Amino acid sequence: MTQEELIFDLGRTGRYARAQAPATTAGLSDIPDAFRRKRRATLPEVSELQVVRHYTRLSQKNFSIDTHFYPLGSCTMKYNPRACNSLAMLPGFLDRHPHAPDSTGQGFLACLWELQEMLAEVTGMRSVSLAPMAGAQGEFTGVAMIRAYHVARGDTERTEILVPDAAHGTNPATAVMCGYKVREIPTAADGDVDMEALQEAVGPQTAGIMLTNPSTVGVFERRIQEIAALVHDAGGLLYYDGANLNAILGKARPGDMGFDVIHINLHKTFSTPHGGGGPGAGAVGVGERLLPHIPVPQVGHDDNGYHWRGEDEIPQTIGRLSAFMGNAGVLLRAYVYARMLGSNGMVRVAEFATLNANYLMSRLRAEGFQVWLPERRASHEFIVSLKSEAKELGVTAGDFAKRLLDLGYHAPTAYFPLLVPECFLIEPTETETRDDLEGFVQAMVTIREEARQDKDFVKGAPYNMPVRRLDEVKAAKELDLKWQGDAG
Amino acid sequence: MPFIPHTDEDIRHMLAEIGVDSVNALFDEIPEDLRDPGLPRVPAGVSEMEITRVMNERATGDTLGPCFVGAGAYRHHVPAAVWEVTTRGEYYSAYTPYQAEASQGTLQLIYEYQSMMAGLMAMDASNASLYDGGSAMAEAVLMAVRANRKSKSGRILVPDTANPLYCDATRTIVSNQGLVLESVPSDPSTGVVDPATLKKWDGEDIAALVVPQPNWFGRLEDAAALTDWARRNGALVIAVVNPTAMAVITPPGEWGEQGADIACGEGQPLGIPLSSGGPYFGFMCCRKAYVRQMPGRIVGRTVDLEGRTGYTLTLQAREQHIRRSKATSNICTNQGLMVTAATMYLALLGAEGLERVAAQCHDTTRRLTERLTGIDGVSLRFDGPYFHERVIELDRPAEPVFHQLAAQGVLAGYPLGRHDKRLANALLVCATETVTEADMDRYVDALGQALARAA
Amino acid sequence: MSNVPSDLKYASSHEWVRQEDDGTVTVGISDHAQDSLGDLVFVETPEIDGTVEAGEACAVVESVKAASDVYAPVAGTIVDTNSQLQDAPELVNTDPYGEGWIMRIRVDDPDALEELMDADDYEHFIAEEDEG
Repeated sequence: MTQEELIFDLGRTGRYARAQAPATTAGLSDIPDAFRRKRRATLPEVSELQVVRHYTRLSQKNFSIDTHFYPLGSCTMKYNPRACNSLAMLPGFLDRHPHAPDSTGQGFLACLWELQEMLAEVTGMRSVSLAPMAGAQGEFTGVAMIRAYHVARGDTERTEILVPDAAHGTNPATAVMCGYKVREIPTAADGDVDMEALQEAVGPQTAGIMLTNPSTVGVFERRIQEIAALVHDAGGLLYYDGANLNAILGKARPGDMGFDVIHINLHKTFSTPHGGGGPGAGAVGVGERLLPHIPVPQVGHDDNGYHWRGEDEIPQTIGRLSAFMGNAGVLLRAYVYARMLGSNGMVRVAEFATLNANYLMSRLRAEGFQVWLPERRASHEFIVSLKSEAKELGVTAGDFAKRLLDLGYHAPTAYFPLLVPECFLIEPTETETRDDLEGFVQAMVTIREEARQDKDFVKGAPYNMPVRRLDEVKAAKELDLKWQGDAG
Repeated sequence: MPFIPHTDEDIRHMLAEIGVDSVNALFDEIPEDLRDPGLPRVPAGVSEMEITRVMNERATGDTLGPCFVGAGAYRHHVPAAVWEVTTRGEYYSAYTPYQAEASQGTLQLIYEYQSMMAGLMAMDASNASLYDGGSAMAEAVLMAVRANRKSKSGRILVPDTANPLYCDATRTIVSNQGLVLESVPSDPSTGVVDPATLKKWDGEDIAALVVPQPNWFGRLEDAAALTDWARRNGALVIAVVNPTAMAVITPPGEWGEQGADIACGEGQPLGIPLSSGGPYFGFMCCRKAYVRQMPGRIVGRTVDLEGRTGYTLTLQAREQHIRRSKATSNICTNQGLMVTAATMYLALLGAEGLERVAAQCHDTTRRLTERLTGIDGVSLRFDGPYFHERVIELDRPAEPVFHQLAAQGVLAGYPLGRHDKRLANALLVCATETVTEADMDRYVDALGQALARAA
Repeated sequence: MSNVPSDLKYASSHEWVRQEDDGTVTVGISDHAQDSLGDLVFVETPEIDGTVEAGEACAVVESVKAASDVYAPVAGTIVDTNSQLQDAPELVNTDPYGEGWIMRIRVDDPDALEELMDADDYEHFIAEEDEG
């Protein structure tokens, strides 16, 4: 593939897409000179066709769900139905100003209210707020509510949040943002939380525990009810990280397990697009205890229709998280998806995500790859450790990942969770066919065979991508973060 | 079973391979009393045709007439090419570009975005975006406290002319970290901060000063004087700006003698539809010295094994997936797709196009407010330089008038009494380049009629 | 095998300490530590004149894939930091005990140095860590 120049380098002075701006420059003479920009901003000077061609060409350098199998563990890269996009982009929704009165947005608010209700039902929580704009913000919201709960009760001695050592990095980062210390809980050899260590860690200083279930090692936490009782007895609360909700959607509910608060990554389980890194949506659900602290705004429903509930209706709220009401357009996409699935479809999501994962795990195991917890059922994802390949053949999980790209497969999540050496966390999702899964198995087998023949060949991958391995040390040391013009 | 491709034969084959006799058996590690709860409150699934009918009805019901509200979100023309190309599957359905070799499209685009935003703000560097303007201000406050290593106080000065919704979001996000937001009062007659007001904090330990430009009332602050005060007092300057305005108004990097330290704000005006408040994106730029304190993703240009140019996420060690509890922020995802759109918007408009849009917005707002203040019972609340929003004062409470006009399909402005009782009669009005003469006629007529009745 | 000079003291968090004639100590990270981190791309040094407790995180060394805290091996006051590292963090990789030093501390209590490991102990310590 040829290199694509920077958009700036395609430009010529004085060029721009003339159809897109007013024909004349209106008067600015009443803005005093002291406030006026003196030098024009450095922006591209290109035609409309140049823009369309450049960004179409760039798009072709991406792997995406629409073009490739993308089994990234913990990311739930399933098909993003096109209807969700086109129906969220109807002009009536797109043109609506966030400050327009609720009476003029009843259709939009109806969708969000119904989504809140469906999410509350499928998670077993009392109430849902759609305000958080991403999973990490949902996590922040959840832990901030836990804090608000303890503070409202005058229980200010709780300084610690418990987090399993296999947790996503956002968990400890979030706890710290909320002013808590983090205490790590080890994972036992069978993949569950180490109960003895947990018993020792729980105490009057415990504000709560953050858990993912099924956990980040791809198995269901079997003693979850015991954990809930232990933490609750000590006065702490339970936070459910919804990253893996796809695995149990409609099959089991965090509320029934004893969780007090949950965030749901709608861009995972409810198939809104990842968009090359956002926008996400991290709706939160709460049980009885945290109901007073739910973030604003939240959609309410009464005889007069739908309205935004603010601080006047939720006086103990932790507050607002954005200037407006969260990633509204993403929520519409999730709503369309949820309605198309319906109750039956939601259960099927979990069933077929789990079927695909267990099948792929069995097939890779049959081909001689080392599954990390072979005695356990896989959830919607599982771990393969390439430790023996690294030792015997000299090729690492990172090398496998790069060579997979050459063979047309996006690499699984590599080197996470941190406690398994040379690992792949593999999540095939429910929307892939058996043939696609088999193709992935064959690619893994091929790479291992290539490594046996010539390990340096595998270590040099990728070869078929727009670029080969990049010099990340140079990138971090000689920071080049923007185009410097002709001088650069 | 929407979107699930399995045939009965597939299922049989796969279960046999796993060695179980039913799909349900795969869930046998879940305690029995937790299994299969049933979902009575979730309706049965519907076809694409049916949901299309529902959504069309709802969207049509929400359609409104002319919009004279800004207050943080602005109706601009969005070129058709922007969303046609942005929603290509290769952008729409890709993940965060961790595998750089398979994500060069997104990565180069973000590098171009960073270049454009840094250019527009006249700053050294930009990140790959944050969630929205409000949370961007919160992240800027946290960043300033980290970056200002001389300051130990955690005190941030915020003028009361800053967007109150941004301030609310900021308080929610930073309140558990012991930071204090102190309000700087503006001059009630002009709607801007008199730089002399800051004398009160001379010599005190202040981590940062927030400078909104234009401010909540649409007025232009004396950003240069405020910036120079901060510099003299060891405080960093956080600029919270409207990106469209920066095409014609002095950008943060050129404020005062040395410029602002951090610039952030709401990116929605750059090609993002209003869409009831989101998804938008927050932008953030900074001085080179503070790049490592910046939250969120950053893309750098480098070379591959063969010396070819390539792009990659860089400075990742700051981030939560590596640094865990010591990360600069818990943020992972940014607003990638929104940035994709904004990059195309800025490329299409260029500096000249954006300047024309900005000038047109200013001019339309000037003409509109001249006409509105010609109505009996309407006056200008704050005079002085502004960009594309102005505050008008009615002879009666603005909230009921706002609802009355909305019922006629005209969004007349933002009632400022919602945040400040002293402004109960005030409306913040905005007219962008999308407003036509006919729209203005409609507004002027409707307001004239509403005010003709006894208050 | 990594280089462990015999005239230095070591902390279990892999810092080395050299006693200077003026009563201060120079601190850096060991050859073993730099080797396991890989190519450094950035070193964040502490503020001069700041005080530190023993075991307090006061500097950060950063590679492409990891960022690690550097802990003060003893309590005291930071009197100097290696400004060369700003532009050349790789000095920690190429010369960890020389040009790659990180900070100098005026020690509160010189006896505290006795708590640290000598070269033999440290060599055993890293050998055991590798096995575990």
